[in-house]
Amino acid sequence: MSTIVLLIVTGLGLGALYFLVAAGLSLIWGLMRVLNFAHGAFFTVAAYTGFFAAAALAGTSPWVGWFASLVAGTFVGAVFATLTEIALIRPLYRRPVGQVLVTVGLALATLALVEGAFGADPRQVTVPPWMGATTSMLGAAIPNTRFVVIVLAALVLFGLLFFLRRTRYGLIVRAGVENRDMVSALGIDVQRAFTLVFAIGGAAAGLAGVLAATYYGTIDPGRGTAMLISAFIVVVIGGLGSIAGSALAAVLVGLLQQFLNFYAAAGVGDFAVVLLLAVVLLVRPGGLLGGKSA
Amino acid sequence: MNAGAEVLLRVENLRVSIGESQILGGVSFGVRQGGITGLLGRNGVGKTTTLRGILGLLPRTGTVTLAGESLTALPVHEIVRRGVGYVPEDRDVFAGLTIEENLRLTERAGSEHRYPLVYELFPELRDRAAQLAGTLSGGQQQMLSLARALLNASNRILLIDEPTKGLSPVVVKRVAEALQRAAEVTTILLVEQNLAVARHLVRDVVVLDQGLVTFAGDIAELIDDPALARRHLGLSAAGH
Repeated sequence: MSTIVLLIVTGLGLGALYFLVAAGLSLIWGLMRVLNFAHGAFFTVAAYTGFFAAAALAGTSPWVGWFASLVAGTFVGAVFATLTEIALIRPLYRRPVGQVLVTVGLALATLALVEGAFGADPRQVTVPPWMGATTSMLGAAIPNTRFVVIVLAALVLFGLLFFLRRTRYGLIVRAGVENRDMVSALGIDVQRAFTLVFAIGGAAAGLAGVLAATYYGTIDPGRGTAMLISAFIVVVIGGLGSIAGSALAAVLVGLLQQFLNFYAAAGVGDFAVVLLLAVVLLVRPGGLLGGKSA
Repeated sequence: MNAGAEVLLRVENLRVSIGESQILGGVSFGVRQGGITGLLGRNGVGKTTTLRGILGLLPRTGTVTLAGESLTALPVHEIVRRGVGYVPEDRDVFAGLTIEENLRLTERAGSEHRYPLVYELFPELRDRAAQLAGTLSGGQQQMLSLARALLNASNRILLIDEPTKGLSPVVVKRVAEALQRAAEVTTILLVEQNLAVARHLVRDVVVLDQGLVTFAGDIAELIDDPALARRHLGLSAAGH
């Protein structure tokens, strides 16, 4: 029983990280039809920013350093994404091949730069002592970092749903996911919504970068790319453009990976996720909640 | 076009190509202020393309001016903000949004909103405000699409594309009445295949054929002359 509880919470924690990366990818694709391969770069740069922000505050309370890393990583993720949209995506509007190439190029260049500057080896991150401890739950000793990641991802999910359902820009994004030309034909500058969605997606990816460092206890240049692949799978399973779909799919993928990697063999969970992707594409090509942005 | 009348919208030498195909080969016409001007022609002659070209939804050359102000170089949303409302052929309501959200999305800052008129013409939009637009019938979706264009009082002209297409006679009658009412408060450029409706509503008419204007003038002049109607519209007006 304790093993199952541990696997469930760990799977939910992993799913929470996937969701944070997938949410932005999904909205960006849904609204702009841009496959953003640079999303992992936002994650990576934010993770390193968070690492150095915490290191700069090493003499203070570990909580201060951790919060600073969270804020700095999220902020840098948002700024990096915004600049990417303005400088690289906007000039290639309605040229999808060009957009794919430029985001792939940015992802590769960022990876090389981070590796060149900080090395390819993982670096240990410092977290508050409470996060290094465990909490007993139904006989299982759950690392507290899992709860932190799950709670923050849930807050982001509710925040995004509130934004999409209750704000004017959320309304514009939901409408734009359906038909962006018609949004323009109502007199709305959909370009601003594009930038906003990129900024939100970058912020969520940045937050994921810092939280992944908290979750795993280390940072390394390649994790953003690995996370991006899983996030793409989550986005497709959940339904392109659907935040709720991404959340649902992220939980499914996280749990499936954890359970099968533990009970079958290492790697079986990852294989099963790809199989799930194939089944969803065959049975429900639009994804679990495709076409419903909120 | 009646000489001396004030022209609100002027289209000059509008050319639109999609891929290798030239859809419009240099369309020029004017729309007088007030009332309804019809844009007629057989299927596939470029009527919808003309509306989408005016709005900038398709790459085009030529010039488009509204009350003397050039719209040609503006992006779509700026053209609309200058006062050009659009009702597309396929209605294009946002299916995942409620009726109320579809209308709220349309509200433009700095413009009065004609909710009383919209709800007077289409009371079901108020009664079903919380219903998703995707669950509405075709006629109700058309009403919502028209309501969106009518909502902003700052719209000086509405480009309306085949609003009666595929609707039952009862709904066609309601839509026609709504258009007549709308024409009291704004100018309309109407693409309409239903000649009975067009004849009832339209004052001036522009006829397209093969991407060019072949007739511009009074609709009575066109439809009451069987030879002209046959030549420009490809059918006898007697049945309409």
